[in-house]
Order: sequence, then C-alpha cells, then structure tokens
Amino acid sequence: MATSDIIRQLQRDILPLQGFKPPSRGERVDIGLPALEAAFPQAVFPTGAVHEFISSTREDMAAAHGFVAGLLGHLMRTEGICIWVSTARTVFPPALTNFGISPDRVIFIDCSSEHDLLWAVEEALTCEGLASVVGEVRDIDFTTSRRLQLAVEKSRVTGFLLRHQPRRLGTVACVTRWRIAPLASQWEDDMPGVGFPRWQVELLKIRNGKPGTWVVEWAEGRFREAQRHEAQNEREPLRIVQTG
Amino acid sequence: MAARFLSIWFRHLRTDSYVLRNPELRDIPIILTVLDHGRVVITAANAKAEQQGIYPGMGAADARAIIHGLHVADDEPARAEKLLHELALWCIRYSPCIAVDPPDGLHLDISGCAHLWGGETPYLKTIMTRMRSAGYDVRAAIADTVGAAWAHARYGPPTAVIEDNAEALLSLSPAALRLEPSTLDKLHKLGLTSIGQFARMPRQALRRRFGEGLLKRLDQAFGRERETLQPVERPVPYQERLPCLEPIVTATGIGIALERLLEALCSRLRTEGKGLRTAHLTTFRVDGRTQTIGIGTTRASHHTAHLYRLFEDHIARIEPALGIELFVLEAPTVEDAAPLQEKMWEGSFGLLDTGLAEMLDRITGKLGTQSIKRYLPDEHHWPERSIKQAGSLQEKATTAWRDDRPRPVHLLPRPEPVEVTAPIPDYPPMNFRYKGALHRVKRADGPERIEREWWIEEGEHRDYFTVEDTEGKRYWLFRSGHYDKNAAWYIHGFFA
Repeated sequence: MATSDIIRQLQRDILPLQGFKPPSRGERVDIGLPALEAAFPQAVFPTGAVHEFISSTREDMAAAHGFVAGLLGHLMRTEGICIWVSTARTVFPPALTNFGISPDRVIFIDCSSEHDLLWAVEEALTCEGLASVVGEVRDIDFTTSRRLQLAVEKSRVTGFLLRHQPRRLGTVACVTRWRIAPLASQWEDDMPGVGFPRWQVELLKIRNGKPGTWVVEWAEGRFREAQRHEAQNEREPLRIVQTG
Repeated sequence: MAARFLSIWFRHLRTDSYVLRNPELRDIPIILTVLDHGRVVITAANAKAEQQGIYPGMGAADARAIIHGLHVADDEPARAEKLLHELALWCIRYSPCIAVDPPDGLHLDISGCAHLWGGETPYLKTIMTRMRSAGYDVRAAIADTVGAAWAHARYGPPTAVIEDNAEALLSLSPAALRLEPSTLDKLHKLGLTSIGQFARMPRQALRRRFGEGLLKRLDQAFGRERETLQPVERPVPYQERLPCLEPIVTATGIGIALERLLEALCSRLRTEGKGLRTAHLTTFRVDGRTQTIGIGTTRASHHTAHLYRLFEDHIARIEPALGIELFVLEAPTVEDAAPLQEKMWEGSFGLLDTGLAEMLDRITGKLGTQSIKRYLPDEHHWPERSIKQAGSLQEKATTAWRDDRPRPVHLLPRPEPVEVTAPIPDYPPMNFRYKGALHRVKRADGPERIEREWWIEEGEHRDYFTVEDTEGKRYWLFRSGHYDKNAAWYIHGFFA
C-alpha cells in the first residue's frame, strides 16, 4: 500500500471523530458547484454542521443572505422547514421564492436580545425534524459555538450563522467560515440590464478542506460557476433598458 | 349518589375580618357603621357587642350610650363581598362546586367529597376547625338540599349533619326558609311559628294566602324542586387534583406533583383521542393564597414529557412560602389530537412534525407568542403589504407566491430617501447618494410601476428600478410619483 493510500485512509478515519458523519444514502445534498464542493472533505457540502458567514457591509450581508438562501433551497427541497432566528430582521420573505424556497415554510423567530437568540438557535438546532436553522448572530464565543456543533452532530440539522459586523472574529467551532461579496453581473452576450446575482464566494476556513475563492452565480433557479471578468471596464458608460 | 350540600354561615363576617386586620381589638365590642340619611346606622356588630343588646340597624349613638369603650369603625361593604369570594375560592380544596350566598354565607355541593375526609362528620369538623382557627365565627350544616342546609346552619344546632331531611326541618322557625319579611310577618300574625305547622297544608291555600314564593322555598327545602348553584369557578371538564398530606415547599416537590398530574391528565386525554392547547397549574398555599402558572401549545398535545418541559421554566415563579397543600391542573382548551406519527423512515414531516411543534412551544414559553412569525402571500401590489402573517402552522396559502418580478432579499422597513441624478423622464438614475456614499449606476432594469391601492390609502404610485452600481452592488430604488422637478427618490431594498 502506498503512503498516499495510508494517509487517505487515515483522513477518512479521522473525519467521523471530528463530527463529519458520512452522508447516508439519499442524504447527499448536491449544490451543483463541483469546483467548490471539491474543497470540502469527501467533496460533499457538509450538512449536519454549522457554517459561519461574515459580512461587513449592508450589501455583503444581502449577498450572504442570497447565497445562504440558495443553499437553503437545496437543503429544504420540497418538504423541509427552515427556522430563521434574528434580532433585527431584514429579510423580505417573497424574495426567497427566487431561490427555490416557499416562504411559508420558513418560520421566523424574532428575539429581543442576543442571549435569547443564541438560546433559540440552540433549541432549534436540537430539533430533528428541521432542514436547517439560520441565526443572525453578531457575536458568539467558542463555548457557545461548541454547544451548537454538538447539537447538530446529534440532530443532523444544518446551521447557518450570519454574522454581520462582528466585534471579534475569534475562534469558533463551526466547520466553515465564508465571506460573500457581490460582483457585477454579466450577461453572456453583453446584453443590457441587470443580470443574474453574482457573488465572490470566499471560503476562509474549512476543517479538513481547502480554502479558496470562487465566482458563483444564481441563474435559473440553481448555482452556476462563472468566470471572473477581470477586464471589466470600470468606466463603462451607463446602459439602461426599459422593460415592463 | 344522593346530592349533599353544605351551608356555611359566617355569623360576624364583617367584624371578624375587621378584627383580623386589627388584632389588638380582639376582646373589645366593635360596631361597623354607615351614614344613612344623616344618621349613623350600625351595619354589623361583633359577638361582644351583640351580647349587650346591640343589633344592626340601631343608631350608633344609642350603642355608644349602652356600652362604654365601644369601638366604632366605618363599614366597607365591598370588602366583605370580596372577602366572601376569596373564602369561596379557598374552599375549593374541599369541593369543586362552591357558590357564594350573599351577604354572609357559602354553599358547597359536597356530593361525593366527604368520604375523602372519612365521612361527613369529620369533613364538617375539619372545615369548621380551619375556619375557626382562622378567626371566623362560623356555623354550618350538611343536608340533602341547599335550602335545608341553609336552614340548619342558621336555625339549627351549631354544627349539624342532617340525615332525615324532611323530619328535621319541621321543627324549625319559618324564617329558616329564606322568606320575604312580609311573608314572615303574615305567618307570624297567623301564629305559625314552625315549619311543621304549615308544611302539610293544601298547596292552593298556601298559594292564595302567601304567594308563590313560600311554595317555592318549601319545595326547595324539601327537595321537591331542584336548586342550582352558581359556582364561583366553573368546573373544568379536564381537571386533575393532587392534595398533599404534607405541605410542599421545594421546587423538586412541585415538579413531582406536576409530573403526576400531567401523567393522569395525559393518559385520560390519550384514551379520548384529545390533546390540550392550554393548561393551568394552580397551587393552593397553606396561608390561603393561590398561584397559577399557565402554558400554551401550538398543536393539541398529550405528550407528558413535552408538557412538563413547558411548565418547567415557570416552576421557579411559584413561591411555596409555608407550603402548598393542593395542586390543581386544568386544561380549559382541549382539541382533537391526531395520533402521534411513528417515525418509520428518515426524513422530515414538514410543518406537521411533532418535534417542530414542541420546539416552537418551548420558544413561545420563553420568548412569547409574538416572537414566532410565518408568512403567507397576500393579494396586494404594495411590497410591504404583499405578505400577511399566518395564524397557525397548518394555515395554507390561498394564493400562490409570485416570482415573476424581482424582489430584494432585504427590504427596508420604510423607504429611505436618496439623492439622485436622473437625466431623462422614466429612465433610471445615473447615480445616487445613499448615506453619504455616491453610487454610480452601471446597469439598471425597470421601471416597474406599482400603483398605490387607493381603496386603502391615498398617495402617489411608485416606479421601481433595479440598479447595479460599478462595484456590482444591487439596489432597489423607486421614484414616488411622476417625473418632475421635485420627484422624490427612495431606496427600498438590497438585492443579493
């Protein structure tokens, strides 16, 4: 047996010990981004784990919410339920239809304090019948994030922590840390008008994976990998189109 | 089972309660007075005063002349009424059906209760001892009818358990029948001084001379006509009671009591195929105080462990003080419950999942009902009004969600004004300034005109534009009204 085989075997053995359970049959969630998925351990988007999203500006936050909504659409499929916990909710439920989510299957929980919010997120993550839980939490310490991780390891619910302008990044027990930034949309043959939502997806941290940066587009109800157009002319003239 | 009633008479309810508030006046003759047409009239006198010939209705000045050192205080009739009601609630530990008998009595329907105290005599004795040690001068009697119990409590021997109802009544005075003073006068004039003298007279004769009232009271006393009580608290059909031999003072004790009550209630609900939506736990303390904690569920539930968890957070709110002697668990709202779904295979059941409902119950218990929201589409053009809150988890959308128009991921709670440069009518702006930062618009879609719904409110329409600036950030802007010099522009949302 070659050394590389031994190492691969060892890596596979370590994964379950770190909370990555191999997905059982039918549980594999394909988000349709092979290049991005290759960065994850076993090349599968980690469900039953907690993901952390960092945003600093209002526009980044909207982009992160859009990307997460796209992921939720894959996780919820037709019957799943999502719990969205926040203290100052900005999400507009009808917009979620664009990401393949029926907004009536999202239950919003409005908390008055961060403390209540973390309690509600943990309570929701322990509930096995859910597809996913989104928490708009600003700050979280290691102990709390560890509690959330232990909760999802038992319930197999996927958690998303959307952290807008965190005071301190710190070390948290989430499997990934993402940052999403909006990018200028691009029509294929240079048509006028606003195109599909396009983001720069940065995977800053991934346990047992390879961090990286990708350009992702939400087009026609699914994710699509796109090419970065470096040669975009910053001074491009205003182009407008009148529709409707 | 034959019906049995207990009537309690507080002989000096008002003065007793006055003495309880002012213990130093225990051995002093007391009268309570009110001002009636410029004359101070006695409304209540305690036993000490009555012994010396004071009676209600007398003038206070006369009473002062008779007794030296008489304590005179103002009467508060509302307080006595409230006190009587409180006493009635306190008596719930002895019977579930209790009625107030103003101005100074209580009626208890004790059918099937007395055996728990080992028979009617010890039952009556327990109540009397508790009342007397609390400082009330009471008399009580148990009989087959409300009327007979009332009669014996006031005109019979001090404490009486009446077995032979009809026979025992015959020797009492007619006043024991709760008659009008005018009827009593007539009976007195005719020399009828005991019930036995006229109880067997022909009914027509009685009706002609004394009216329907006397016959009704006679029938009620002898059990020929049924008298219904107005209970102070309507008995709840789904109720469990747990009296404790020793008063409970610890949270653990309360928890165990609650668990036992829930198990009993849930097993009953389960066999009837029902589940509870709301439940209250009422604790009766030794010192007469009651405390109530309540829970609500999103779906009818008879799951003991889940309901216990909901109550658990509230147990800390109960102050046992000297101890709790009775726990009552009530379920006022009960609905048909679907049988629990067995988990046959992996996967979620969506909104019907029991785990979800239970989790939401826990959150409601801690954060309140208003914290949980679910939205359904509403038939309005105006973006703010295009969604409505769903009433329950089961509620289904009546119209489909629309996805043919772009809608921003973030919608501002109210549109915020922006400064724009818009060169041509009905064209998107070239640039706009929001919160001090200048955004140069590179791409834009629109306008999408959304009319204000005139049947709801008056105002301008909005022309919405989806714009993308040079950095790739996407916004939802609108112009309020038609294009002119002072058209106002607003930002209303952020696209992903």
